[in-house]
Amino acid sequence: MTRRPEIGALAAAGVIFVFFLAVAPAFRSLESFFTVLYQSSTIGIVAVGVGMLMIGGEFDLSAGVLVTSAGLVNSMFCWYLGVDLWAGAALSLLFCLAVGFLNGWLVMRTGIPSFLITLGTFFILQGANLGVTKLVTGAVASPDVSAIDGFHSLGLIFSSSFEVGPVTVWGTVLWWILFVLISGWILQRTRGGNWIHAVGGAADSARAAGVPVVRTKIGLFLAVSFLAWFVGMHNLYRFNTLQAGGGVGNEFLYIIAAVVGGTLLTGGFGNATGIAIGAFLFGMTSLGIVYAGWDPNWFRAFLGVMLLAAVMVNLYLRRVFR
Amino acid sequence: MRRRVLAAGVATLLLISACSEGGRAEPQQATGYTIAFVTHETPGDTFWNIVRSGAQQAAEDVDVQVRFSNDPDATRQAVLIQQAVDAKVQGIATTLVTPDALAGSVRAATAAGIPVVGLNAGIERYRDLGALMYFGSDETVAGTSVGERIAASGAKHPLCVIHQAGSVALEARCAGVKSAVPGTENLQVNGADDAAVTSTLQAKLAQDRTIDYVVTLGAPIALDAIQAGSTAKIATFDLNKETADRIKDGKIEFAIDQQPYAQGYMAVTSLYLYLKNGNDLGGGKAVLTGPSFVDKSNIDTILPYVEKNTR
Repeated sequence: MTRRPEIGALAAAGVIFVFFLAVAPAFRSLESFFTVLYQSSTIGIVAVGVGMLMIGGEFDLSAGVLVTSAGLVNSMFCWYLGVDLWAGAALSLLFCLAVGFLNGWLVMRTGIPSFLITLGTFFILQGANLGVTKLVTGAVASPDVSAIDGFHSLGLIFSSSFEVGPVTVWGTVLWWILFVLISGWILQRTRGGNWIHAVGGAADSARAAGVPVVRTKIGLFLAVSFLAWFVGMHNLYRFNTLQAGGGVGNEFLYIIAAVVGGTLLTGGFGNATGIAIGAFLFGMTSLGIVYAGWDPNWFRAFLGVMLLAAVMVNLYLRRVFR
Repeated sequence: MRRRVLAAGVATLLLISACSEGGRAEPQQATGYTIAFVTHETPGDTFWNIVRSGAQQAAEDVDVQVRFSNDPDATRQAVLIQQAVDAKVQGIATTLVTPDALAGSVRAATAAGIPVVGLNAGIERYRDLGALMYFGSDETVAGTSVGERIAASGAKHPLCVIHQAGSVALEARCAGVKSAVPGTENLQVNGADDAAVTSTLQAKLAQDRTIDYVVTLGAPIALDAIQAGSTAKIATFDLNKETADRIKDGKIEFAIDQQPYAQGYMAVTSLYLYLKNGNDLGGGKAVLTGPSFVDKSNIDTILPYVEKNTR
């Protein structure tokens, strides 16, 4: 088996990049490239966690709405009680980690597939986001937090941007790269990385070989929820207010990024570079269509074709290199 | 033996409680009517929250029970209307955004003698379906008046941002804008993700630098347009607290309000009047709740209502 799961995605990214360079004049600028990177990073950060989890053989469908939950917990807690946003951010982190732990613990404890467990938490969070927001604020969007203490310092961490020449670089892009590097290091260079591959490939033999399966998998769920929290913080501090119904549907984008990047749906195979390229492909296609001046209604159709093509190329490559 | 005694005791109790007629009537059932309020609300939309507050206020004012239910999926909304018919409510207020899918259930309601009032969407078809009255704005008229207004301020190439795929009402608004400004271009964005909306708008504004006006069809989307660093002017459909503040400080030129509170309020009150007194409002025509413009000149009057979630 090839050790390079990202080859297919890399080739596709190259082809699509050249394609948009050719057809979309507005795509040919550094500013556009960094807008694409920003778009990719908002999906890519969570995709890092979701991809690692998939290598470990599990799914998380709750990650998309958890992003919104994270921001809502922070904003409503601080707005309602009038406390510093840092306290809310910490509480929100605890909340997200608790959700991640619950996902992992339920999956390991009951043996029910993570697809079902996290589908459950997905619906619970989606309903709770709306219900609690309505109870606390009387509306279905979170209150504006930009006047509460701590907004600027937290904004510096989660939603700052800086200018390099004509280009606006968003902090999330740098964070994304950092998370990809850490994930790559864990997966390739550490014992934990071996464990992740082992529990995803064959959990029973991994357990027999002494790999702490439960701890590894719960750790992966915690990683997903941490990254979801991170993006939730970005959304809150960039947009000041959040719609309680937001984030639905993004869980699939994370999974698509991972799969397009060569992660095996059944676990045990994939790497951080591939997942990052998968997210980049998503960002590039979604905006490339707009840069080309086409009707973005077609975007989902493109996404589906890309997903199918990537999966088939990956399958082909695996057969060839076996 | 003991069990049999217990069963006999329970049976006696049930008998006694069953013949308690003539006692104090249950207050909820004795006063007023029950009205089913069915919408195609996607949970979490600030707009529908205002419609509901209007309906709720009307329910208190005229002392009726309002049962809310909603589903964005047309077939499931049809089932909700059918459920209201089965529950034998006295009146049904419903949105008619997908008239063909809802026709069967609405006819079942009128066949059962339950009056139906349309609101918010379905202005062209409400009479065919047998609905008595309609409260809402005409999306095309609203779009056209936005188009006329931005054309007057010199717009040549506005961008109309559609945040929900395949919505007839949103397409109609953009068509209305286009009828007044032929250079109008539509853009589809993913309304469930602010970051995606912002970067898509950024991309579009970079791709076409001749865009001189951005018309958004929902209040949260207008805020994303500001985030996208739009140098083009911004106008939006619908209001919320943040957009009202941005109108006040001039970041948004104006908002066009279809007065959702009035839609919810009037739908419930009109059913009450019909049931109580046989009244029929609108003289056989739809009652328009909009478009009403909100801009710097009247924002100070309206802002307090926005803060109370009623505008």
